[in-house]
Amino acid sequence: MIGFVLILIAAFFFPGLILRTKSIASGRKGPGILQPVKDIGVLMRKGSVFSKTTGLVFQIAPVVTLSSILCALLVIPFANQNAVISFEGDFVFFSYLLAFGKFFAIIAALDTGSSFEGMGANREAFFSMLMEPAFFILLATFAMFTGYTSFSDIFSHFFIIENHYVLIYSIIGFFLFVQIAMVENSRLPVDDPKTHLELTMIHEVMILDNSGFDKALIHIGSYLKFAIYGALMYNVIVPAGWNIFLQTGLFLVVQVAFAIIIGLIESFRARNKMNKNPKFILTISAIAWIAFVVILILTDKLI
Amino acid sequence: MNAILFLIILSLTFPVFFITKSVKYYYTLFLLMSGIILTSVWCFEVFAGNNQQLDIQLYLSLFQINFILTIDRLSAFFIVVVNITVFTGFLYARGYLRPYYQSKNALRFSIHYFSYLWLYLSMIMVVMIRDGLSFLIVWEIMALSSFLLVIFDAEDRTILKTGISYLIQMHVGMFFILIAFLMVDKATGQMSFDALKLYFSNHSNLLLFILFFIGFGIKAGFIPLHTWLPEAHPAAPSHVSGVMSGVMIKMGIYGILRVLMSVQNDLLLIGLIILSISLVSGVLGVMIAIVQHDLKRLLAYHSIENIGIIGIGIGLGVIGLATNNTALTLLGFSGGLLHVMNHSLFKSLLFFNAGSVYKATHTRNIEQLGGLMKKMPYTAVLFLIGSLAICGLPPFNGFISEYLIYLGMFKSLSAANLYQSIIILGTIVGLALIGGLAIFCFTKAFGIVFLGEPRSEKALMAKEVGKDMIFPQYITIAFIVLIGLASVYFVKPVFNIVTKAFGLPDISMAADSTINNLTQISILSGIFVFTIIILLVYRHFHLKTKQIDVGPTWGCGYTAGTYKQQYTATSYAYNYNHIAKPLLQTKKLMTDIREDEIFPGKRTFISHSDDIFKKHLIDKPIDWFSGLLKKIAVMQTGQIQHYILYAFVFMLLVFLLTYFNLI
Repeated sequence: MIGFVLILIAAFFFPGLILRTKSIASGRKGPGILQPVKDIGVLMRKGSVFSKTTGLVFQIAPVVTLSSILCALLVIPFANQNAVISFEGDFVFFSYLLAFGKFFAIIAALDTGSSFEGMGANREAFFSMLMEPAFFILLATFAMFTGYTSFSDIFSHFFIIENHYVLIYSIIGFFLFVQIAMVENSRLPVDDPKTHLELTMIHEVMILDNSGFDKALIHIGSYLKFAIYGALMYNVIVPAGWNIFLQTGLFLVVQVAFAIIIGLIESFRARNKMNKNPKFILTISAIAWIAFVVILILTDKLI
Repeated sequence: MNAILFLIILSLTFPVFFITKSVKYYYTLFLLMSGIILTSVWCFEVFAGNNQQLDIQLYLSLFQINFILTIDRLSAFFIVVVNITVFTGFLYARGYLRPYYQSKNALRFSIHYFSYLWLYLSMIMVVMIRDGLSFLIVWEIMALSSFLLVIFDAEDRTILKTGISYLIQMHVGMFFILIAFLMVDKATGQMSFDALKLYFSNHSNLLLFILFFIGFGIKAGFIPLHTWLPEAHPAAPSHVSGVMSGVMIKMGIYGILRVLMSVQNDLLLIGLIILSISLVSGVLGVMIAIVQHDLKRLLAYHSIENIGIIGIGIGLGVIGLATNNTALTLLGFSGGLLHVMNHSLFKSLLFFNAGSVYKATHTRNIEQLGGLMKKMPYTAVLFLIGSLAICGLPPFNGFISEYLIYLGMFKSLSAANLYQSIIILGTIVGLALIGGLAIFCFTKAFGIVFLGEPRSEKALMAKEVGKDMIFPQYITIAFIVLIGLASVYFVKPVFNIVTKAFGLPDISMAADSTINNLTQISILSGIFVFTIIILLVYRHFHLKTKQIDVGPTWGCGYTAGTYKQQYTATSYAYNYNHIAKPLLQTKKLMTDIREDEIFPGKRTFISHSDDIFKKHLIDKPIDWFSGLLKKIAVMQTGQIQHYILYAFVFMLLVFLLTYFNLI
């Protein structure tokens, strides 16, 4: 339960930290850390405009997407404590539940009949399809490495294994989670949320027609997603056995560091050309394969 | 008693021909229901009773044939699957067939209903008969009756042609099964499934299994044996497509399972063969499905994908048997078996809805549809649920079976050796990819067909289909949701079947932990549904206090108003097509704009992608063969003198060969 609360807290500050980093890096005064949260408040107070083309799907999609993320949150563990709900193969559920939300986000975009949003929908579906294997390879290697098949068990046994090369693995896992998080949240280098051309956007172009309350829900969902992946990263680099207070501090440090990393990447890097993205994403899967081979060596199966 | 009742039902199918047109439907429905009730009672006896199987002797004294129906738990499971879909399919057929009442005469309807009844009866007999010869007879009846069902609309010559092609391919499959049975007969003196055990104990397992696998695989539609599937399903009326895709192709799976129950060695190799073919079927099936424009053909390719998933489960189960990995065996087989049921539910649902769309718009071309959610809300919601279920998303049933397969694999990883690890990881990647591709495909199918603005006059004029076509689908939906949310009650019996069928020693540990996991999944799914409802209610009251406006879709400063500017199915699949090019061979037909053409005229653009397997395995050999036959046809001169000459040459040849003792 502590993990659940911590993730919510992290999500609260996360987008502000990214914004702050970006404005400092580009030498601007920039908005305060709480600006994105205030924006949500503004959106909540606003009315909505719905396209006359849209129907039921468009109305319920933001709610469904947010619910899927909220429920996915329940299986993420923290420290040595089990997640709120934990069972064998819960990461399969995690991944498919997020896919459920994505399914609705995509069809909601198609519901508007706008070709821009169709474009975004298609890209989202396409890239997340390519991303799916990387996540599963990574989790499969975790499962093979630790011998457990749920988030909670994997992470609590991650560092107790008598294998001194675990650090290598923890770094590869961290790296891969960063990459997966970038693609899943549609950030650089795959997508630039701040671009001002609809033709080149992915996630932002899908929600062109959402306004008011629905848009606020979508934003909350994407902030939560950041914090979820931040928590996963945290779990692969900090041993679960450490003191809980220390862990709480470290958790926040990792989340802040993750936000700053994203901010820095977005300040100093250009977005990929759209047709380079499949290659980029498949490279992540390839790296996951390498991680698998590393584990084969570490567990004395290979050689 | 059972036997007599069954024989009465069999014989009562013939009067269908002599009943007035208006009550024919109800008569058939009555017979169908009595069949369903009778067989359900048998299944109940098998599941509830202590006896493992139920034997029923059908003695037809007239023909001196002795059929023995044997129901064990595996048969009972398949009977349940068949019963549900055949029943909903026939309820749906009432509305679907109504427009044809004027144009087709009574005989056509009699043939249609008669074939439907016999398709049902042959399917339940296929899973109950163990004797080889009788099995082949009912297998043949199944092929024939489904052929008659496919060609219901035979005024359309292409449909008749497709039907005949289907019939031929079914017989190729039957030929393989026949050879396999003959081999068993020659070696053991018996021709039945029960003799397989004897055969496998002292002969090569691999060869016979492959023969059976090809024979049953053609029915099931594994790539590359699938070529009949994407042709026959679109040609058939939708309730028939639903039944064929939902349950008839599963008879192939049943056959494979029945044979597998007796296989004794070469298990690892056999498992690998099934697994690799299934992976190919799964991934390629959905990959080809994405580029289809015909809604029913798209669904047909998805059947191949789902057969692939079922096959993955079975393949893993066999590998588990070979490596003495009880968890993998149990979860693999159970996942595959449960997916048989799941697929029969959501695939028939999707086919029924595709039929409703066809009935309302008279087109199956996705590019001409759009905006149907407003015109046909019930159909749209049903199709949406079917789509979510087929993508394997929680909280629907597709997730449960895929989860079982995943769980089996993840659990076996840490104890697996190098090769097993690689196989398992490859399968995980394949399954994950199938999931992603399925989502891609069904967001496309649902989004383009039901959302946005209508893309043609036909879609604009669409009206919701009648209640009688909607209602039977609620039954299917109920099962889909029930299996998704209360999975435990369905998985337990499946565990039971698998344990008995493959003689697994002690499964209690693997089974208990899985049941525990499934309970957690049910809880989490419940929380998910609950969260959605809470948020929706909150949203409802929140929006009430705010100002709500309705306007046109945001067009980024360019709100030009024609429906043609929407995203189409082709454009949706464009970037996917780009990387899948080598496999799909999409061809584009268009004329480029010439340099001197200042005001370009009207142009057409056609994109089409071939199924490379059909092209290279069926079309090319047939073209080659018919070319050869045409060359031989030179001898057919039409002059009687030449034919007499041929006869003389032949006789001379026979004489000479006999003279030199060559024949």
